[in-house]
Amino acid sequence: MTRTVPRRTARSAANAPGPRSGARRGKVRVASGQGFWGDDLEAPVRQVNGGDIDYLMLDYLAEVTMSIMQKQRSRDPRAGYARDFVPLMERIFPACVERGIRVVTNAGGVNPAECARAVAGAGRRAGAGGGARIGVVTGDDLMDRLDELLASGHPLANMETGRPLAEIRDRVRSANVYLGARPIVAALDAGATVVVTGRSTDTALTYGPLAWEFGWPRDGWDLLASGVVAGHINECGAQASGGNCSAEWWSIPDLAGVGFPIIEAGPDGSFVVTKHPGSGGAVSLRTVKEQILYEMGDPSSYITPDVVADFTTIRLSEEGGDRVGVHGIRGRPPTPSLKVSVAHSAGYKAVGTLVYAWPDAAAKARAAARILRERLDRLGLAFEKVLVELVGWDATHGHLAGDPPPDLPEVQLRVGVRGPDRAAVERFTREVAPLVLTGPPSVTGFAGGRPRVQEIVAYWPALIDRRAVEPRVAVDMVEV
Amino acid sequence: MAEVPLLELAHARSGDKGDTANVGLMVYDERDYPIILKMVTPDRVKEHFKGLVQGPVERFRLDNLHAVNFLLHGALDGGGTVSLMTDAQGKVFSTALLRMRIEVPDEVAERVRGRGRHPGAGTGDSR
Repeated sequence: MTRTVPRRTARSAANAPGPRSGARRGKVRVASGQGFWGDDLEAPVRQVNGGDIDYLMLDYLAEVTMSIMQKQRSRDPRAGYARDFVPLMERIFPACVERGIRVVTNAGGVNPAECARAVAGAGRRAGAGGGARIGVVTGDDLMDRLDELLASGHPLANMETGRPLAEIRDRVRSANVYLGARPIVAALDAGATVVVTGRSTDTALTYGPLAWEFGWPRDGWDLLASGVVAGHINECGAQASGGNCSAEWWSIPDLAGVGFPIIEAGPDGSFVVTKHPGSGGAVSLRTVKEQILYEMGDPSSYITPDVVADFTTIRLSEEGGDRVGVHGIRGRPPTPSLKVSVAHSAGYKAVGTLVYAWPDAAAKARAAARILRERLDRLGLAFEKVLVELVGWDATHGHLAGDPPPDLPEVQLRVGVRGPDRAAVERFTREVAPLVLTGPPSVTGFAGGRPRVQEIVAYWPALIDRRAVEPRVAVDMVEV
Repeated sequence: MAEVPLLELAHARSGDKGDTANVGLMVYDERDYPIILKMVTPDRVKEHFKGLVQGPVERFRLDNLHAVNFLLHGALDGGGTVSLMTDAQGKVFSTALLRMRIEVPDEVAERVRGRGRHPGAGTGDSR
């Protein structure tokens, strides 16, 4: 790896204004290719081959993903990133190089450097060397800095409970700060055709390229806020283009070949949400609104590292032909803090299931749950929580579903336990199957074997003064 | 006046943030937005989810989208990886809210009748 952007420049990558002075082109198209790690593997290929795009953004990270990757890296120093990204790049690299499509992703997880190395190898194997350079963003991983930070007056208190991180310090599994668009802009400015980050915000993967292309200034709050809204619409893949749409879902065509969303933005921040011609799904006011409201808190204050966007200022217009126009968005300066996502070990859990058949399926399942609980009590096992659900009746809507009818054809009993004592949870997993021969009749569905004990890795959101982080943010370049 | 399920006036999507579920509620027809504002109050939503949502219910207006966003605090048994719930990430709280029954003028009830259900879904329980 060559560090073509020295630390000094990398610092300015985090702090300096956008380096471009003006727009390179009138319209920029940023295509969404993955909404989470595990999303449709063919979607990014369809985005590259299905029509003109300038950027492909791929979001791989969720809160818990970082701790899984941290565990992988502790076993193998070359692991700890979204491995799916490497074979994907091997498939699409030649087309991206040939057509000038840049790829921006947070696939780097807790090991962006190794991810970039692997992707460079994939590029060479695919014969895409020469025109390609990979920009690697680091500085988000606070795991090795935790004690230093705690000692120097950064309590990393839980945003919800106010408790200091010191209380759970020995159980921390990963700690990453959310970085915004500036390191992505710096990487593009250094000539990267692929940008690999660790814990970037999902939205920055879309508005980073827009900020660079159009030379948006650091204090262009309305422009950046527009980019954030574009990023929020793009970040969950097909959820903006007909997938998981509750408004007349049956009328949305060809979800088998669903087209993932594409943001077609102009220099003034206004943009159109669309998808490739001939692809499945739909882009309409309904599909776009549903995604805008997804995982929303206070809509007037959508906080990112670069800007606070006001979602109550969004103006939408249906343009027809799977095109929705978005404009009018206002933003204001960001906060002095950045958000930190800490994952920590928090006990154990297990979930067991059995299926009861007609007649009186629900009554049998409830009786079985009572027997199970009594046996757990007699064994002296204590849990922080025991949850009984009847899948097929009350698992999703609780008592709002009313009482089950006596002719319910079948129901799945689902019992979960959680607690700090691994041995107790382990013993629970051995108490489910015996119900088949020792409980109510007409029971089946236990062929999957004993439930698995899972370590709970819980999420601890915190804030940190951005000055403790930004000087460490760096961009390195890897030649393909 | 007539009583209809919210399902006939609005569509919804939900998600999570820690132990909080959010439900974004959007009307099919902007003429019905004032009804939502008046009838689907935080207090009524809190009452609707009694026993299922432990903490407070907040409502935010997005008049620009003819939508409201609810935050249901303490809805997910600790949320994400901690929760034992099938719906640990609050993905279907949206439809649980659409079960709520609200009073609307007769002509509105007439206009929206049957909306929100698959045309072949029959007349099953739509509480």
